[in-house]
Amino acid sequence: MSEPANESARQLEGLLSGSYRHGFVTQIDSDTVPPGLDEDVVRLISRKKQEPQFLTDWRLRALKHWRSMPEPHWAHLKIAPIDYQAISYYSAPKSKKDGPKSLAEVDPALLATYEKLGVPLHERARLAGVAVDAVFDSVSVATTFKERLAAAGVVFCPFSEAVRTHPHLIEQYLGSVVPYTDNFFATLNSAVFTDGSFVYVPKGVRCPMELSTYFRINALNTGQFERTLIIADEDSHVSYLEGCSAPMRDENQLHAAVVELVALENAYIKYSTVQNWYPGDAQGKGGIYNFVTKRGECRGARSHISWTQVETGSAITWKYPSCVLRGAGSIGEFYSVATVNNYQQADTGTKMIHIGADTRSTIISKGISAGHGQNTYRGLVKMLPSAHGARNFTQCDSLLMGGECGAHTFPYVEVKNPSATVEHEASTSKISEEQLFYCLARGIAAEDAVNMIVSGFCKSVFKELPMEFAVEAQNLLAVSLEGAVG
Amino acid sequence: MSTAKEILLQVQDLQVSVEGRKILNGLNLTVAAGEVHAIMGPNGSGKSTLANVLAGHPGYEVTAGSVTFRGENLLELAPEARARAGVFLGFQYPVEIPGVNNVYLLKAAVNAARKARGLEEVDAFDFLGMVREKMKIMRMDDSFLSRGVNEGFSGGEKKRNEILQMLVLEPALAILDETDSGLDIDALKIVAAGVNTLRSPERACVLVTHYQRLLDHVVPDVVHVLVRGRIARSGDKALALELERRGYDWVAGEAA
Ligand SMILES: Nc1ncnc2c1ncn2[C@@H]1O[C@H](COP(=O)(O)OP(=O)(O)OP(=O)(O)O)[C@@H](O)[C@H]1O
Ligand SMILES: [Mg+2]
Repeated sequence: MSEPANESARQLEGLLSGSYRHGFVTQIDSDTVPPGLDEDVVRLISRKKQEPQFLTDWRLRALKHWRSMPEPHWAHLKIAPIDYQAISYYSAPKSKKDGPKSLAEVDPALLATYEKLGVPLHERARLAGVAVDAVFDSVSVATTFKERLAAAGVVFCPFSEAVRTHPHLIEQYLGSVVPYTDNFFATLNSAVFTDGSFVYVPKGVRCPMELSTYFRINALNTGQFERTLIIADEDSHVSYLEGCSAPMRDENQLHAAVVELVALENAYIKYSTVQNWYPGDAQGKGGIYNFVTKRGECRGARSHISWTQVETGSAITWKYPSCVLRGAGSIGEFYSVATVNNYQQADTGTKMIHIGADTRSTIISKGISAGHGQNTYRGLVKMLPSAHGARNFTQCDSLLMGGECGAHTFPYVEVKNPSATVEHEASTSKISEEQLFYCLARGIAAEDAVNMIVSGFCKSVFKELPMEFAVEAQNLLAVSLEGAVG
Repeated sequence: MSTAKEILLQVQDLQVSVEGRKILNGLNLTVAAGEVHAIMGPNGSGKSTLANVLAGHPGYEVTAGSVTFRGENLLELAPEARARAGVFLGFQYPVEIPGVNNVYLLKAAVNAARKARGLEEVDAFDFLGMVREKMKIMRMDDSFLSRGVNEGFSGGEKKRNEILQMLVLEPALAILDETDSGLDIDALKIVAAGVNTLRSPERACVLVTHYQRLLDHVVPDVVHVLVRGRIARSGDKALALELERRGYDWVAGEAA
């Protein structure tokens, strides 16, 4: 760490040290339920969140269903067994009390990464989960932000708050896209989710700013079972950014989130993710198991949902942001960059379910494998009998760096309507010696050259990201592929 | 050749192998500042091998001999360091790098060289202005700025792009490997004009070519004929004209 950073870290420590006299252990005891999962734990979570009865019942139904489900196994992922009874399902793991108390307590490797990214110090502290709210004045920023949204009628708050302030919307839409019976991890999430984001954009409103988890994180510490619900009413427009600013460094291994999007007639939702969770070390030890269910439903005619994701982190990523294209003429898009290095594994892709007539979907997937990483694209395009004139275009490109890694592509296509068209293009390439030498011969350093070539490969996805995010994504890519040259 | 001129490149008894096969076999070449040398020779005689070795391509093994650039051992330098020191290779087959903006690569190249000299990065606005000036010389329109490096460029456009890069980087020594091949008559003149723009008493150029028609526009000081991995004959511009008339067999026969 540079000198000024060290200095600030000391100051920070000094400022914070006064407020933790009660100690670490006591606080943990009061905020954490013992490991294990049963009805009592679910009731306790629901009670702690002061939830209405319908939600408690919904959680209990999910738990009951989950118990009847076998744990999934995937051909292309190697997963150490997870003991679900050893996990504590309610705690405040990232609360001010039991997070690292200063930068000095944070893994130096993690800090070095942030430093490389050029993340400012206070941001680094926040990213690492240091309780800095007391020190940095983010409150006023958040307040201005909330006022502007409120003026436009947009609701943007923690899920647990929305349960109290907008119970009818929750009751109407929760589980309407991802039912609690959906899959093993989504069902588990339904039973035990602790928090997440809630967004409602009213009819005809164009959300006046990008909604970013940056602001949310300041107000809230989310757990490993996040639940996000975004509803765009008729003729509304919203762009939501998730990730990067919240690469939670979780002590627990499992992360099972659910994201549901609902777009009503003529509404547009853009959901961008830059995921950079702890991928484990170079030997493949540690890291997050990222099992996420993300699905959007284009419920109204001419509605539009666009997923963009840049996945560089996690030891194992398993996610398929999907679109259910129900409304006539609705549009679903999926733009993805997934990188794996060292011993990371990713199994990601999308599902485009065409129900309505003249629905359209586009899938652009860029997989980059380095080290011993294994990268799988798994995509389903389904044209139901009602999907007259529906169209899909899929492009799946893989880039390999070195000989130890792997790329796998599994495109599934089901067409039940003869007027529907499905197009698929795929390629696998290596960063060629000649491309690399061309850059070197222009004076560009090898590492920069690789980053340049990889960014070029990802360009059609990066251009879908909001500007600031695109820059961050490129930096992340560079960090995650470090040492992959050669 | 006047002895007062600075020697930029000195190649002595260079021997090079590719995958165990000897391609260059005791090659000598001395290029002084201000000079243009043409290297001609039959297909497969080792012209591109020489060009690539000078630029530091990792696929070639130097088994004997020495190469100095401005008196320093060039072979010790990494390819990127050679470029920053002022050696430029115009590729016979420029590769495509999809998605990487042409102008982005140019800027990265210029900044890498500046950084090596302890200079600040170029101002983006000034840089763009400068590149546009040079694009005018090469008759390339603005769309080439934002297109991927050589991505979907025609053969001739790729070659013009090489010269554009050369103009922007202003190398002390430019080695142009068949930059004239595949060019139509107008493009040939444009490329020649580009090369002539950079001609100066401080710089030198090594032109690898098969055709006299380039040398009509860029008149060389010295012409070499490379046969089976060594310089079989050197002369002035008249040598190129003689080769055009008599073919390589004549030199090759003498060299054997
Ligand atoms: N990577 C390589 N692997 C095997 N052989 C090679 C390789 N590179 C060059 N060679 C061989 O070395 C010899 C010289 O090739 P080089 O490309 O230098 O010829 P050149 O004089 O440039 O020919 P041209 O006029 O056709 O461009 C050829 O026989 C070629 O096949
Ligand atoms: Mg050649």
